[in-house]
Amino acid sequence: MRKILFCLLALCVAAVPAAYQAAQAGEAAPTEFDPGTHKRVLGISQQLRCLVCQNQSIADSNAELAVDLRNQVVAQIKQGRTDKQIIDYMVERYGDFVLYNPPLKASTVILWLGPVVLFFAAFIWGYVALRRRKSVVSATERRLTAEEKKRAEELLRGLKE
Amino acid sequence: MRWKYLVPLAVFLVLCGFLFKGLYLDPRKVPSALIDKPAPEFVLPQLDESAPQIKKADLLGKVYLLNVWASWCESCRYEHPFLNELKRRGEKVVMVGYNYRDDRADAKRWLAVLGNPYDYCIFDRSGKEAINFGVYGAPETFVIDKKGVIRHKVIGPMSEKVWKSEVEPLVRKLEAM
Amino acid sequence: MIGELGHYALILALVLTVFQGVLPMAGASRGERSWMAAGRTLAVLNALLLTGSFAALAWSFYVSDFSMLNVARNSNSLLPWYYKVAASWGSHEGSILFWALTLSWWGGMVAVLGRRLPEDTMARVLSVMGLVLFGIVAFMVMTSNPFLRIFPPAAEGSDLNPLLQDPGMVFHPPLLYMGYVGFSVPFAFSIAALIGGKLDVAWARWMRPWTTGAWVLLTLGISLGSYWSYYELGWGGWWFWDPVENSSFMPWLTGTALMHSLAVTEKRGCFKIWTVLLAIITFSLSLLGTFLVRSGILTSVHAFATDPERGVFILAFLIIVIGLSFLLFAWRAPTVGLGGNFSMVSRESMLLVNNVLLIVAMSAVLLGTMYPLFLDALGAGKISVGPPYFDSVFGPIMLPMLFLIGIAPFARWKEADPAQLARRLAVVFALSVVLAIPVPLLMGRWSHWVFIGIIMALWITFTALENIRERGRNMKGSAAARLASHPRAFYGMHIAHIGIAVFVVGVALVKGYEAERDVRMYPGDTVTVADYTFRFDGVKDERGPNYMSSMGEFMLSKGGRELGILNPEKRSYYSTRSMPMTESAIRHSITGDVYVSLGEPTKDNGWIVRVYSKPFVTWIWWGTLLMALGGVLAMLDRRYRSGSSRRAAAKGEE
Repeated sequence: MRKILFCLLALCVAAVPAAYQAAQAGEAAPTEFDPGTHKRVLGISQQLRCLVCQNQSIADSNAELAVDLRNQVVAQIKQGRTDKQIIDYMVERYGDFVLYNPPLKASTVILWLGPVVLFFAAFIWGYVALRRRKSVVSATERRLTAEEKKRAEELLRGLKE
Repeated sequence: MRWKYLVPLAVFLVLCGFLFKGLYLDPRKVPSALIDKPAPEFVLPQLDESAPQIKKADLLGKVYLLNVWASWCESCRYEHPFLNELKRRGEKVVMVGYNYRDDRADAKRWLAVLGNPYDYCIFDRSGKEAINFGVYGAPETFVIDKKGVIRHKVIGPMSEKVWKSEVEPLVRKLEAM
Repeated sequence: MIGELGHYALILALVLTVFQGVLPMAGASRGERSWMAAGRTLAVLNALLLTGSFAALAWSFYVSDFSMLNVARNSNSLLPWYYKVAASWGSHEGSILFWALTLSWWGGMVAVLGRRLPEDTMARVLSVMGLVLFGIVAFMVMTSNPFLRIFPPAAEGSDLNPLLQDPGMVFHPPLLYMGYVGFSVPFAFSIAALIGGKLDVAWARWMRPWTTGAWVLLTLGISLGSYWSYYELGWGGWWFWDPVENSSFMPWLTGTALMHSLAVTEKRGCFKIWTVLLAIITFSLSLLGTFLVRSGILTSVHAFATDPERGVFILAFLIIVIGLSFLLFAWRAPTVGLGGNFSMVSRESMLLVNNVLLIVAMSAVLLGTMYPLFLDALGAGKISVGPPYFDSVFGPIMLPMLFLIGIAPFARWKEADPAQLARRLAVVFALSVVLAIPVPLLMGRWSHWVFIGIIMALWITFTALENIRERGRNMKGSAAARLASHPRAFYGMHIAHIGIAVFVVGVALVKGYEAERDVRMYPGDTVTVADYTFRFDGVKDERGPNYMSSMGEFMLSKGGRELGILNPEKRSYYSTRSMPMTESAIRHSITGDVYVSLGEPTKDNGWIVRVYSKPFVTWIWWGTLLMALGGVLAMLDRRYRSGSSRRAAAKGEE
């Protein structure tokens, strides 16, 4: 009796991995542990540059360094760090160059404010130039003389017919 | 000549100044963010399994070059004869190799064939500790002083020219401190 | 032997371009008719010589002549023949030869087709083009000779980079080069006009079709490049704000401004200074782009192998050509004259705003591209400027322009009534806003940017349609007859603008709603993204003409209905430069693409797989195609055909 029970138990135990395997051939397992983490990993990775690639973030690159850094990001997320802490960690080691989106510092003020300033300056200049132009042109323009006016009217009448 | 019409020319010439300077810079060199900061703490095995593990504290009290290399790295092969030469000349600086993301057997074989100038050789299989050093490729060489502070990083292969201009003066200075 | 002939043709061209650069220009100032006429002969000759030279190079590639260094470095005997030929422009030397070839063709075309140009204008234009051509050919002969031989000949070539073994490589570089080199024509016209002192409406009229032609080719070239990187690179991106992409985009922006500025100069005689400046700037940006790609100054996936010596040469060339042009501009611009007056609210002022916005946009892109260099050169640190910067800066600048596109066609020349415009268009705007509301909701999630983008797209489309309707309102005849009577340029404008609207829809929806999943799969597993389900049916090994491939098989279904099989691949090319290449499998549809790409195999017979949903992404390229179509229509307008001017006057067109 005990032997049978033992065999049955053994069978049950043996069946567990098989059942597990069967259950696996369904929805594919995500490479990260859950969609929420994956989203965070993606979000952070998209802000970090792959240093050995040309103009890619570590999210998009498959270079070894990019994979290493992505794994580092995952590890840090699991340790409970915030996004900012993880990014600071990378900047501490690799400098500002690793930021895909340039930071706002004294040295990048021109970069970030430049377009804005240019945008408004251009419009102000345009407005002023238009105003000035108006006065310059009207100074050189003149009204038609009576004779010129008559000629113009004749020509226009001729076209209409 | 109205001065505003010269603006495009002026902007262009300034741009050209930068472009000219840029021809002599390398856009891919990422300078180290750790200069004048303490080297990270680490505990890593050596390439020779029989040797004991190495930690940062073991290397304090001496000026050393930490040379990041790997058997899969072409430029390391190019640089290695110079490192051997430095050892041969009897330069008074400790050379610590840092084998980065490599296969132990391959690395050992590489050193056996090409020569081993290192006083110690650290083995970092996964490259995780290397991230703390801000390593992003090989070869790279750090100059670290007696107190364990990183003072300089050479990106790319070390050569006579680099040694003479960047590294040797610094090493002399640090030795004297 | 063929290679040597090609080389000889190049050297001959070097000599003849000196003559082309100097003789006609001198002839124009001295009134020597034979010298001026020589310009046309020389231009055609140089075009023939460069064609011969390039043909020699292409032939060497076609027959796999590995005794030629360029062929040995960039080709391989196993390459399909069309990639062998395309490899001729895959290297720095070959592509510079192609650059020169394209420039010589444009010069030859001006010489042959510009028969009704006054001879002194023609002479000066061809001289300018000859001088530029001389510079490029000299650069080639001195530093980048494509015809160098090696001894002993290589047994086999190093192969064309696998990333480039794609139809994109056959079409993208030629289109791109024809486009931005084509802006040498308006450039030459402007320089010629500045020298000759004759900047008039006729000058603008001559320049317009050439400018539009170059713009159309550049639009197609950039669009194709974007589409190519989308399906080739494996992760669904279509624009990376890469320095080399920016180098082609900046001339496009100012080229667009130039086209619009020319419209004003032709119609109203004003904006002459703008037009000249824009023509010079646009071609300067083309030259700058050529420099950036080959100098090693910026990192880019497109950059050629670099050499400071070459960089110095091109920089010197740049300084001479562009510097002298800007100097000439500064000297002559005050004598050009302002043209007619126009009020603060008028079509002219709106087009002025258009010019300004495009220049600001170009400056922003230039700033972002060059900023890392600026800081590094000043020793102020090393930063990188990536797509997030450009995205956040570019969009807001373009937004006012999208709005203006709707209004400007309704604004009268010289003076428009803002109140009347507002009245007429308020309803259209309200309609655009209202109809835009359901779109983000239908896509599943509200987004302000999507909402704004869709409003703009609808606004542009509705105003275009309304403008067409309004123009026919006072005409007699059936609706069909009225529609047929509008000039091609009119349709061209609206189709191009609608192309922008379509483009905006694509960008807004894809950026707002794209989705991806990164999973580990075993045969039999499924993964779902958006409404699409992928079933992984395993990977098998296949062989291509010059590669081995691991081909995955995925069954795609939606809502339970099977749609088809997708075969992404991981290819290993036989050549020594082999790196596993990812070929993604994409299924296009009007409402969006689904995309599957193989990552790495896992140790336990699984595979890392990435699947993407990219809603409406193809609208991006359909939009650019419409833009190009609009440009073509504008070029083919009857006004630019000979003998049409009388017919046009009779019909009483604007």
